[in-house]
Amino acid sequence: MWDQILQFLITGVTVGATYALVALGFAIIYNASDVVNFAQGEFVMIGAMTAIALSAGDGGLPLPLALIGAVLITIAVGILLQRFAIAPARGASVVTTIIITIGASIFLRGVALLVWGKDIFAMPHFSGEIPLHIGNATLLPQNLWVMGGAALLVMGVHYFFNHTIIGKAILACSCNRTAAHLVGINVGLMMLVAYGLSAFLGAMAGILVAPITFTSYDAGVMLGLKGFSAAILGGMGNPMGAVAGGLALGLIESLAAGLISSGYKDAIGFIILLLVLFIRPSGMFGKVSAERV
Amino acid sequence: MNIRKTMTALAVSTLMSLTAAQALAADTIKVGSFLAVTGGASFLGDTELKTLQMYVDEVNAKGGIDGMQVELIHYDTGGDSKKAVNFAKRLIKKDQVDVIVGGSTSGTSMAVIDEVESEGIPFISLAGSVKIVEPVKKWVFKVPHTDRMAAGKIFEDMKKRGISKVALISGDGGFGKSGRGETLALAPEYGIEIVADESYGAKDTDMTAQLTKIRDTDAQAVLNFGFGTGPAIVTKNVRQLGITIPLYQSHGVASKKYIELAGDSAEGVRLPAAALLVADKLADADPQKPVLVAYQTKYEAAHGAVSTFGGHAFDGLYIALEAIDRANSTDKAKVRDEIEKTTNFIGTGGIFNMSATDHLGLGLDAFKMLEIKNGDWTLVE
Repeated sequence: MWDQILQFLITGVTVGATYALVALGFAIIYNASDVVNFAQGEFVMIGAMTAIALSAGDGGLPLPLALIGAVLITIAVGILLQRFAIAPARGASVVTTIIITIGASIFLRGVALLVWGKDIFAMPHFSGEIPLHIGNATLLPQNLWVMGGAALLVMGVHYFFNHTIIGKAILACSCNRTAAHLVGINVGLMMLVAYGLSAFLGAMAGILVAPITFTSYDAGVMLGLKGFSAAILGGMGNPMGAVAGGLALGLIESLAAGLISSGYKDAIGFIILLLVLFIRPSGMFGKVSAERV
Repeated sequence: MNIRKTMTALAVSTLMSLTAAQALAADTIKVGSFLAVTGGASFLGDTELKTLQMYVDEVNAKGGIDGMQVELIHYDTGGDSKKAVNFAKRLIKKDQVDVIVGGSTSGTSMAVIDEVESEGIPFISLAGSVKIVEPVKKWVFKVPHTDRMAAGKIFEDMKKRGISKVALISGDGGFGKSGRGETLALAPEYGIEIVADESYGAKDTDMTAQLTKIRDTDAQAVLNFGFGTGPAIVTKNVRQLGITIPLYQSHGVASKKYIELAGDSAEGVRLPAAALLVADKLADADPQKPVLVAYQTKYEAAHGAVSTFGGHAFDGLYIALEAIDRANSTDKAKVRDEIEKTTNFIGTGGIFNMSATDHLGLGLDAFKMLEIKNGDWTLVE
């Protein structure tokens, strides 16, 4: 029984770490501009797909270089998305901007479909596929990569927002855009940085999990939804809450599948999400919002 | 010119053009089709349409059927059942086709049944569900194998190996759900006990939780009914957890892509599949071999790797055309009767023997049991 639960926990943390990275991407853009970027899942897909494309074939790059290239390309996509789709709609309401991001996600998926087709792709594991044993539970070296990578990225993002001037400037934009502008913060540039950072996190999530999960042009849809749920669960706008939400969602799913019923694991996840929202509408760690007058 | 003369001339010319039109109509056989060429099921419709076009061209190049040319009229449903119904109506009423070969998905095929039954037009479906022809409907036929046959073939193989306790894990999409239902319904007939019944979402990324539960049952084999990434992840997770009992997959993974994705983990996995997948490995005496090799060569020369789905379109088209040939007419009732009389038709899916009670006409032998060895399919005898 305890062996089983240990296995469920390992699975839950691995899956949860992926959700956490996607949720973190949601939280960063939401923090900077109050917009929920529904193209976040597509960043994950583009990261994984470009890494595979760059390393494929005999003329392909070695895996580490391909991964770096994929991350850079995804960041570029994020910045271009902000510059050419979000920025021109500056004056538009938040809802309009959210609709633009939904359009962007469909567009990016379409481009991926045209470039790579409908096939499913696999990526080699970073350090082999020989499972490690903890008691009767097993995990792959790649699980450690996912957990470790996610932990480092989360700490990095935490440091960035609390201890660097750019991070604080982005937070300032989210508190009050006009005031931030008045004290000399380049709001437009900060938005670019926020989208670039979100795309970076998405790409990292994509390349860390792709060896385990495979990827295809539509792989971002489900991850985007789960990441969004995680961000809501943790409290939209609180980056660390998003991480907690991601881990919680991963663990709930895994434990529900293992201990209750695999058929209802998604339903159980969403019921808990709804319950949290009934009790704390701003999520587990969200600030209770007050209407500004 | 007086009025009467004008009228006569008009009448004559109308009559003449009418007969000309009729003669023209009699010169073509109209095959209607609606397929999911775009959308989520496009991997079915795309190859089916290419196959239909390719073979309609070939038949016409060889002089047609009884001197009549074949015309293919096709609409893309995108996998949408509502569109399928509208297109079926258009094919019947506006295009006045003689026979319909199409319906890539079970949903679109089921949706048009009422229409073809009430209009009385032969319809050969290219979709998997056994419900399309069970109970038997007068005008509806189908050519692909059913998931019930796949489950039967798997159980047959399990019994040979002395396996009686099976853990089932299935995807929650249409294919997995239907396969799960058939598996549960069929297991008692083979004396097999299903000791675990787990499921996973179509886009889930990890199934170790479900498989950990399965590991702790007394199952002697794992059976996975699913499609897409799911089965490949299940296969990898099974190996990761150190589960050593045999793993069976369904015909849903019968493509090289599955071996590529699951890699070394796929070694030793068994699955039922259409003979097309192993055409070159069949014995030379196998009656299906020439048909399969011919289809594979022709398709691969034009479009790249074959899939069994395109093969279904080939089977459906030729069963329809041969029935029209035997009927010596495009009279719908006669063609229907001839389709029902199809015997010993050697297609890509198997050898078809239809009857008034069986509008599919394939036996379990239409499936071959395969095992993956050294990254390639091998036939299990």
